[in-house]
Amino acid sequence: MTRTIGLFALVAALILGTGFLQSWNSALIILNMGLVSAIMALGVNLQWGLAGLFNVGVMGFVAVGGLAVVLVSMAPVPEAWDAGGPRVIGAILFGIAVVVAAVLAWKKLGTGVRGWAVAAITLVGFFLYRALLDPAVDAIEAVNPAATGYLGGLGLPVLLAWPVGGVMAAGVAWAIGKTALGLRSDYLAIATLGIAEIIIAVLKNEDWLARGVKNVIGLPRPVPYEIDLQADPGFVETAGSLGLDATTASTLAVKLGYSLLFTAVLVVLLILAQLALKSPWGRMMRAIRDNETAAEAMGKDVTRRHLQIFVLGCALCGMAGAMMTTLDGQLTPGTYQPLRYTFLVWVMVIVGGSGNNLGAVLGGFLIWFLWVQVEPMGQFAMNLITSGMSEGSAVKAHLQDSVQHMRLLTMGVILLLVLRFAPRGLLPEK
Amino acid sequence: MDFLNAFVALANFVIVPALAYGSQLALGALGVTLIYAILRFSNFAHGDTMAWGTMCAVLATWGLQAAGVSLGPLPTALLAIPVGIAGAAVLVLATDRVVYRFYRAQKAKPVILVIVSMGIMFVYNGLTRFVIGPDDQNFADGERFLISARDFKAMTGLDEGLAIKTTQALTVVVALITVSLLFWFLNRTRTGKSMRAYSDNEDLALLSGINPERVVTVTWLIVAALATIAGVLYGLDKSFKPFTYFQLLLPIFAAAIVGGIGNPLGAIAGGFVIAFSEVGITYAWKKFLTYFLPESMAPDGLVQLLSTDYKFAVSFVILVIVLLFRPTGLFKGQTI
Repeated sequence: MTRTIGLFALVAALILGTGFLQSWNSALIILNMGLVSAIMALGVNLQWGLAGLFNVGVMGFVAVGGLAVVLVSMAPVPEAWDAGGPRVIGAILFGIAVVVAAVLAWKKLGTGVRGWAVAAITLVGFFLYRALLDPAVDAIEAVNPAATGYLGGLGLPVLLAWPVGGVMAAGVAWAIGKTALGLRSDYLAIATLGIAEIIIAVLKNEDWLARGVKNVIGLPRPVPYEIDLQADPGFVETAGSLGLDATTASTLAVKLGYSLLFTAVLVVLLILAQLALKSPWGRMMRAIRDNETAAEAMGKDVTRRHLQIFVLGCALCGMAGAMMTTLDGQLTPGTYQPLRYTFLVWVMVIVGGSGNNLGAVLGGFLIWFLWVQVEPMGQFAMNLITSGMSEGSAVKAHLQDSVQHMRLLTMGVILLLVLRFAPRGLLPEK
Repeated sequence: MDFLNAFVALANFVIVPALAYGSQLALGALGVTLIYAILRFSNFAHGDTMAWGTMCAVLATWGLQAAGVSLGPLPTALLAIPVGIAGAAVLVLATDRVVYRFYRAQKAKPVILVIVSMGIMFVYNGLTRFVIGPDDQNFADGERFLISARDFKAMTGLDEGLAIKTTQALTVVVALITVSLLFWFLNRTRTGKSMRAYSDNEDLALLSGINPERVVTVTWLIVAALATIAGVLYGLDKSFKPFTYFQLLLPIFAAAIVGGIGNPLGAIAGGFVIAFSEVGITYAWKKFLTYFLPESMAPDGLVQLLSTDYKFAVSFVILVIVLLFRPTGLFKGQTI
């Protein structure tokens, strides 16, 4: 317990230190993304720490959450809906129907014909689906492509997007879990790695959905805009009484608003996760993790339980993704990188302590802090190393350019060191 | 209907590129499969091992080019491959000593090794970018085409041209030589046989006096060679960019699993299955069908099943189909 408090105090000190030494804006930026990272780590910890499932598709589920923000909160584009909205919906429903029909055919027909039947259904279905979808997509993307060119969202409050993001990620997770769970553990890893790439490809290319690489910017915010705060005499007065100028105070207030919202979500999720861990359900999951055969002999349906926890964990990642996109105020599919969104979250879980929810949260904050701060530290170190070299030498320029790649190296080394010398993480499972 | 032109168009846009790409994937998948068979884990750092080996070869190529060495019509990079292999070998052997050996001694679970390989992936990624940077690097030289489309048209009088890049021909030839050498090694030499025995039944192999550390070292050396050759060929054919190599991980894994992970023959078959599906499904079939079908049935659209941006989806869908219907792969996996 002292260890937990001590390490969390250390993280708090690091963030406060950033505030005192660099700026409070930087500190709050780190804190906000740390909160989001902690939720992602909580999701992965649920899967890995509690059930031993190896999900390396975190990036995909995070991106699905981001998509949810666009679909929920952006204003709809009526012209685009008139141009082809119903047809796109129809095509997608048809596509789902084809998949269902293929699954049913496989289950109901005899072994001799079912292979051919499924192949025929999917092949014909695919062409019909494209014939239905393509004209509608062209029509939608032709509507004012510079500003919209997509269907828009539902125009609902953006906070609603967070649970919706979780639900959407859960839906994707269900489909992938249904196929890949129950096979060997590394197959799930490779399947999730693949689905993440595909989700990003869909986001980048289906312009009618969320404008693809043209990005959706100006997403609605759950907190006020800086400009409005600066125009509010009451706010300026309060800021003045605290000894801050209005501009700085407004940026801080907005970030603080996000921090409070995110903290509330994290606390609720953490309490739920802790309750789950201590419940009979949590004990069952750990029993399955530690000895699948024995758990199965006790009558537990291992594959079903795995599917359940896989979906739950991915829902958390989706929710965190929605929160992150809300924080950014834009959806930019081009920026999703597996190293940053999948593997970094894994480093957080392993370093924090897999199987321990508090450990995952701690790892989220700590690793995010390092991810942000390693670059300036590296810069400092590199300046020191290269200070003896002559100005303008190629080696010096190259070394200083390379500082940005220190992060990957540092993260890898940290992961390897923890795995070797403290394989149970900073806060081990009890 | 014009079958000859149809076939040439198909060869130009599908068969030749897919053969080259398939050879590259097959070499990559062989590396993954060997590690799986001997060390018993899925190596997530394989793409970055390829990137590192290729980077060493690229640097050596630049050195050779600067020194005025050239192979005439062939790319200078061929001469640099041994340097690349040496670089990759040093890296993977050092990694094995510092990192993997500890877990081997502990008899750690395979999934732990996979996570360890994730850490290694980060480190390699950082190292490669540290040395050469994250950008595209071009290191191909020599003659660009074996046959250019224009020469082919002049030679045969057909409407369609068939262009074969030197690098494509080279890829297939080098891959053939590499694979033959590998199979000769595995089937005919003492060390190769001891590797197969170790993969088949570790305990029995240990009882009959096979030195496991030697088997592991030889495996890493072979993997370093395969990864570098695959990487250099891919880089010559397309271009060298560290992130692309990291992304190759997915089709390579798909190839290894589709063929039956742990089975070298399967890895080769899997590589070609993935490559042909990827190229075939993202190819716009309009030209081929226009030649192939009677005029009245010529298609209006591009007849492209999926846009090229979805090429990852192709390897993924094939992977899922195989996992669902034949989890052991086309060939039975898990032994060499």
